[in-house]
Amino acid sequence: MIKRRKLVELFFVSLMKVATFIVVGSLFYIIITIFIKGLPAINLAMLIQTPKGGYYLGKEGGILNAILGSLLLGISSSLLALMISLPIVFYLNIYLKKASRFALIIRFSFDVLFGIPSIVYGAFGFTLMMFMGIQASLLAAIITVALLILPIMTRSMDEILKTVPFELKEISYALGATKLETSLKVILRQTFPGILTAFLISFGRGISDAASVLFTAGFTDLLPYSLFKPVATLPLAIFFQLATPFPEVQQRGYAAALVLTIIILIVSIGSRISLKKFTRQVLK
Amino acid sequence: MEAKSHIKVRNLNVYYGSAHILKDITIDIPEKKITAIIGPSGCGKTTLLKCFNRLIDLQDNVMLTGQVFVDDTDIFDNSTEVIQLRKKMGLLFQKPQILPMSIYDNVAYGPRIHGLKNNKKLSEIVQHYLQEVSLWEEVKDRLHDSAARLSVGQQQRLCLARGLANEPEIVLGDEPTYALDPISAEKIEKKFLELRKNYTIVLVTHILRQAKRLADYVVFLYLGNLIEQGPAEEVFSNPRDSKTQSYLSGQFITSA
Amino acid sequence: MNRRRFKDLIVQRIMFILCCFVISILFFIVMGLFYKASPILAIHSLRDLLFSSTWHPSKGNFGLGLFIVSTLWVTAIAIVIAIPLSLLTAIYLTEYAPKRMREVLKPLIDLLAGISPVIYGVWGIIAIVPLISDYVMPFFSERLTFFPFLSDNYTGYSALAGGIVLSVMVFPIIISVIHEVLETVPFEIREASLALGATKWETTRRVVLKKARPGIVAAFILGLTRAFGETMAVLMVAGCSLHGFPKSVFDTAYPLPALIANTYGEMMSIPLYDSAVLLAAFILLLMTTLFNMVAWGILLHIERKER
Repeated sequence: MIKRRKLVELFFVSLMKVATFIVVGSLFYIIITIFIKGLPAINLAMLIQTPKGGYYLGKEGGILNAILGSLLLGISSSLLALMISLPIVFYLNIYLKKASRFALIIRFSFDVLFGIPSIVYGAFGFTLMMFMGIQASLLAAIITVALLILPIMTRSMDEILKTVPFELKEISYALGATKLETSLKVILRQTFPGILTAFLISFGRGISDAASVLFTAGFTDLLPYSLFKPVATLPLAIFFQLATPFPEVQQRGYAAALVLTIIILIVSIGSRISLKKFTRQVLK
Repeated sequence: MEAKSHIKVRNLNVYYGSAHILKDITIDIPEKKITAIIGPSGCGKTTLLKCFNRLIDLQDNVMLTGQVFVDDTDIFDNSTEVIQLRKKMGLLFQKPQILPMSIYDNVAYGPRIHGLKNNKKLSEIVQHYLQEVSLWEEVKDRLHDSAARLSVGQQQRLCLARGLANEPEIVLGDEPTYALDPISAEKIEKKFLELRKNYTIVLVTHILRQAKRLADYVVFLYLGNLIEQGPAEEVFSNPRDSKTQSYLSGQFITSA
Repeated sequence: MNRRRFKDLIVQRIMFILCCFVISILFFIVMGLFYKASPILAIHSLRDLLFSSTWHPSKGNFGLGLFIVSTLWVTAIAIVIAIPLSLLTAIYLTEYAPKRMREVLKPLIDLLAGISPVIYGVWGIIAIVPLISDYVMPFFSERLTFFPFLSDNYTGYSALAGGIVLSVMVFPIIISVIHEVLETVPFEIREASLALGATKWETTRRVVLKKARPGIVAAFILGLTRAFGETMAVLMVAGCSLHGFPKSVFDTAYPLPALIANTYGEMMSIPLYDSAVLLAAFILLLMTTLFNMVAWGILLHIERKER
């Protein structure tokens, strides 16, 4: 009897191990696939040239337009989102009381915004763009991506600030500091690595999304030079170039996929490191 | 002639990481008696109890030396079946730990996992043990309600019934009246006195009066050391160690 | 009032305005899409739009039926694959894996959430589509000639490919939510069950999973909504043709998000086209928001109970 019960347990634990192997295995499968396809396609020329040899479907040149476009778009939209979300999370955690109804409504709004698919943000961004009378451009893409990552950034920063012990605030108030001074001089400094983590996660999201910028960024072979002109991004480069029937153009797509994956890996590792720093420093 | 020892602890040491929790403990727990383990909090009482049914295995970073014998088998021996060992012992926690299911299913849980499928027999067992803990009359009309709706006192008696339904030889109580109101606590205490006829009972408590009311045999632990053990009358009326004396009289224990 | 207090007050006002701004974003997204979708709702009945499958923009036919069914079909495939694998992985991670192992596995699973949807699409095209066309499809088409395996689409670009890629994309969401929920189950009830002589698996199945059930359901719903709205990866591997309803896992599927993504270039030229596409976006918004709210509600309830 006991033997049978232990066999049942062994069976299910084996199933669990197989499942875990499949889940983690698929991660490695994806990364290896991208490296195998991307490494032969990548070289220095690919990284420092823009596409050449014809409009969009040219068979020469590299992906510098997409690399620079993506970095520019990712950084600016993350900074824009940060400017909105940082005050909000401080308002939620320092100014409002824990049981505040308003705080509940704001958090709920972010939960809802968080769940909206990026294609819907894309559609909304496009509508907004038409309404404002601007064409597909770097500016339109920045606004759309900032909207997309705003809930992601706010929610992860909120999680970070929630862990700040109440005593820390109390000590600061007791010394006569205002809430603003407490926020900036005590809390912000204490939680900086955690906030950096949230920023990096959002940046990673922003740089890797394509559905939201499909209609708002446009696409171009040129390097980004104006807020009001279309911009190329890595995900869009991958999507468009793999859809073409020309192997030379597809190579650019694979190279772009590799570059994007490497950027994501670096950002993930960075956010992991700063999170570790945060947990050690603040939570002990 | 002394009663036979049911649990024998020999030179038991427990370490959590670098902390030495139990230091060279040797105890004999008599059969079909109530043994009270007393001492101030943090002295290792609960740890000792968790060694008996090897729930201690669940902790990370634990190191054990020494031996514990239950019915003369070494429970830390590799050939010992933990499932059998635990089936032999019912355990009551500080706070009643209700399983997330109905009253009926709580009591039937043990017999079911140990292979009993016959519904009629299960119902008999459930009724029998709920009667045993005087809970039957209170819950017989709502056996299939969630057990979480019972009062804390009722929950603790349900936990006792659940433990007894496993037909154990030993009942372990880790301050089982801790979370209860005085009336519920008294019900549990009375039950323990009745159960003494058929079970060996080990009761961890920090309430001295409770130990005095219930115990046949007393073990006094202090900071992981075994200070004194012996029949209850002797320890209470005539403690040999000065630390026991201070503790029993409610004073600080000064390490002399 | 001194200057420090004044500064504090001004900042507080700005923060309040920003909060209101965010709440209004939500309002503007809903109203904006609805406003843009309303012209087509004025001409065609909602029933026709939702249930008709004739999509012929140039002739004025805007039935979204095919896309809605495709969305459900691909999501169903993804969820059927993802549920058992994620649940088992989450249980292993929380209950069985040694601490060291957990510290390695958790970041890897989180990394899966960070990978670009387009990268998933590339992987789907390179790895999954050929796998289906060369091995899975030939294997099934000879042996299982019945629903839902019968198909004449031999390309590999199929609902199944979309479902597999999607399932990998939702693994990290489902796993991390279940992991968190399982961790809220008190250690003591595990002990209570083990103390009665239950094995660890019996304890997990009968006690821990039972206690965590609402949270697990919430995790599945969150995974499902994510699958609903995912665009690029599915667009790249699901075939996306207007062949009619998918009747097999090997048929092509054309989900709503893919429709929106695909038709943007051309839609300004045909009357009502943009309105129909934004209606699709609006439907997507409503469906995901509804499901998400249910899931958040469950999770919030659990969190409150724990306190």
